[in-house]
Amino acid sequence: MSRVEQRLTSRDALEQAIRTAASRRDPKKRTISTCGGTGCLACEATDVITAFRDELEKQGLTAEVEFRSTGCHGFCEKGPIVVVDPEETCYLQVTPKDVPEIVSQTIRAGKVIDRLLYVDPLTGAKSVRESDIPFYKNQKRIVFGPNRKIDPQRIEDYLAIGGYRALAKALFDLSPDEIVAEVKASKLRGRGGAGFPTGVKWEFTQKAPGDTKYLVVNCDEGDPGAYMDRSLMEGNPHSVIEGVLIGAVAVGSHEGYVYVRQEYPLAVKNLGIAIEQAEELGLLGKDILGSGFEFHLKVHRGAGAFVCGEETALLMSLEGRPGEPRPRPPYPAVRGLWGKPTNINNVETWANVPLIINEGSAAFASIGTETSKGTKIFSLVGKIANTGLVEVPMGIPLRDVIFKIGGGIPGGRKFKAMQTGGPSGGCLPEALLDLPVGFDELTKVGSMMGSGGMIVMDDATCMVDVARYFVDFLTEESCGKCVPCREGLRQMHRILTRITQGKGRQDDLAALEQLSETAVEASLCALGKTAPNPFLSTLRYFRDEYEAHINEKRCPALSCKALISYYIDPARCRACMICLKKCPTQAIDGGKKRIHVIDQAKCTNCGTCLEVCPAKFDAVRKLSGVPVPPPPPDDQRTIAGKANEP
Amino acid sequence: MSDVTLQIDGKQVAAPAGATVLDAASAAGIVIPTLCHHERLAPFGGCRLCVVELESRGQHRLVASCAHPVEPDLVVRTRSDKIDRIRKSLVELLLAHAPDSTRLKELAREYGADRDRFEPAEGFCVHCGLCVRYCAEIKKLHAVGFIDRGIRKEISFLPEIASRECAGCKECFPLCPTSYLQAAYVLVEALAFPPPPSTR
Repeated sequence: MSRVEQRLTSRDALEQAIRTAASRRDPKKRTISTCGGTGCLACEATDVITAFRDELEKQGLTAEVEFRSTGCHGFCEKGPIVVVDPEETCYLQVTPKDVPEIVSQTIRAGKVIDRLLYVDPLTGAKSVRESDIPFYKNQKRIVFGPNRKIDPQRIEDYLAIGGYRALAKALFDLSPDEIVAEVKASKLRGRGGAGFPTGVKWEFTQKAPGDTKYLVVNCDEGDPGAYMDRSLMEGNPHSVIEGVLIGAVAVGSHEGYVYVRQEYPLAVKNLGIAIEQAEELGLLGKDILGSGFEFHLKVHRGAGAFVCGEETALLMSLEGRPGEPRPRPPYPAVRGLWGKPTNINNVETWANVPLIINEGSAAFASIGTETSKGTKIFSLVGKIANTGLVEVPMGIPLRDVIFKIGGGIPGGRKFKAMQTGGPSGGCLPEALLDLPVGFDELTKVGSMMGSGGMIVMDDATCMVDVARYFVDFLTEESCGKCVPCREGLRQMHRILTRITQGKGRQDDLAALEQLSETAVEASLCALGKTAPNPFLSTLRYFRDEYEAHINEKRCPALSCKALISYYIDPARCRACMICLKKCPTQAIDGGKKRIHVIDQAKCTNCGTCLEVCPAKFDAVRKLSGVPVPPPPPDDQRTIAGKANEP
Repeated sequence: MSDVTLQIDGKQVAAPAGATVLDAASAAGIVIPTLCHHERLAPFGGCRLCVVELESRGQHRLVASCAHPVEPDLVVRTRSDKIDRIRKSLVELLLAHAPDSTRLKELAREYGADRDRFEPAEGFCVHCGLCVRYCAEIKKLHAVGFIDRGIRKEISFLPEIASRECAGCKECFPLCPTSYLQAAYVLVEALAFPPPPSTR
């Protein structure tokens, strides 16, 4: 594992370094790539990595086998993931105990270990190669794919896949105007939420008067359940740095900041290492690649406010002030950080830039829909079989993301809705699943692309409660500056809470609509303007659920605690005593051979009885909007024959 | 600076470049309601009462006139059903905090706002920030500031500074639309630097 140590002082030196790094990677050499992304690390991937290092040492294979701890591979549901190349054999949910076997069987003997392979839950078919797993097969991983091939803490790994070539092209082949034109022609749009054309944004900053200009990387990913920026920053920080450098050449900036969440320690660490290594090689700092161009990149750790993902709030925070948005115009491109022209792009946007410069705008723009080009990384979470990060071409139908890639809904339940775009996105029903993924397509139906959250919900989810939950999140994350957001969301949250508690009033929907209009039209920033989306979209597509809650005090999904009752079906109860013993409030009356009955006055709706009732009896029911049937008369509560048997 | 010509409520109005839509309207005698605005302070854009409808390049949108710069050929409407509806909501939201504020009652009359539309909310500060910004920008004292964040944000006097500076100033008092500021001051005074008994 030799390092490129010499400072690269010319384009030729870079090409030489790329060739050297690539030649050290014999494609036929056995290589083990273990996912060291945060998702896998939470499943003890650290122990797996240590076990591999020890085992390779023990078996004397350190020279012949390349071992790599990489960034996130995406299939988080099945982590820790181990891929053995050149065969691309993919092992899932690997534990340290499996490691000696992998080394002796797969590495030494070339045998595939059957039990660690992916099994299709529907067909039972096994996949050996990672790219054959349906989860990966239906993706297009042009931005996220390289994660698997590189150790993010080694710049040689990035060089080995042709890293920083796009930078050289930007420095030596293209004029700043040509770079901007190329990015404009690619029709790349911001991946952070607003979807503003990146090239146009760059042009504003480029044309803005002033000598000092700043670039900012927005890595303040705050959506619950979203972690694509995190995984890119952890797994491939150099792609982001290279993107920023190209942007710097284009707009004429010499200083940039990465605003990254403090809660992302691995991203902070890997980014720091990457910056240091890029500086050592002369890819950052003064006289980059001998071109005379100078650019410095610094890391700023954010304190975890959701609103700081909004660009003006982020700039305030970067300046050391409270993270509150300010009115635009003036836009940051004209007056941004410290009052200077500033261009802010999201992590994923920056990571797309080297790709566009390398492959050309035409190749990039050939992917996607008319107005949304390229790919998008989504974090697919919620009630979905294959939780993870997926990268798909724009234009792919939502249905394919959920069923082909996501593997559908687990637990035999039905799909009900999917929320795209994070907490302030909208919830889309089954009828819209054939919608192609794109910025304008999603906005048109009352949702948004956002930064790429996708939360899947099954039929046990109450849509009123979902709206309440997200409005609660957004109320907590409101910066408090403007009235429509701070006060409007506070009142919306109260009303939604009231409805889920069965205290909804006839005029509540009108009040919610009034507050939504006020927030959408009059809020200061995008957080407030989009905050009513969870309510508006659930009202649009699931109005019957609101009406059931308000008019009938009924929760159709049997989810809202205040609106349901637990009931033991006397015809199915076998008096097994399990629920009776487990009930935390002793609300269940019964005995051996005596049918159990829930005392509704004592019951707290905790659901324990339903959970513990043996599946073969399946006697506990949830009821909503109907009276609980009276218990059977005493003389009919005795079960003849042996208890416990149906 | 050269003047910019724009249209406000059908009237041609000239304003210096860099002026806000609110400035331009005021100069032309067109009244736009405000609450957090103060002509000596930097635009804040918090209360949103001054929203107006802009038409530019065929698009309609609402902006806060106190913070939006004038542009040539801008078409501005300061009243419409939608604008009135939104102002009414905003006043109702603020009345949930301060139902007896004179200024809010005036606005409620103008826009038909119902003081009981929403459930009462805790605290009668409406977060206009006039006191905080006046003390910081004009007096440069920072004797009163915001503490906590988001929906829990409050104003609070800093005893160390307030005990030294406030007694002889109190210029922020008349700015407060709800008199919560005075209450906050009395509280911090009583707790941190009570006047000697003889003067009480």
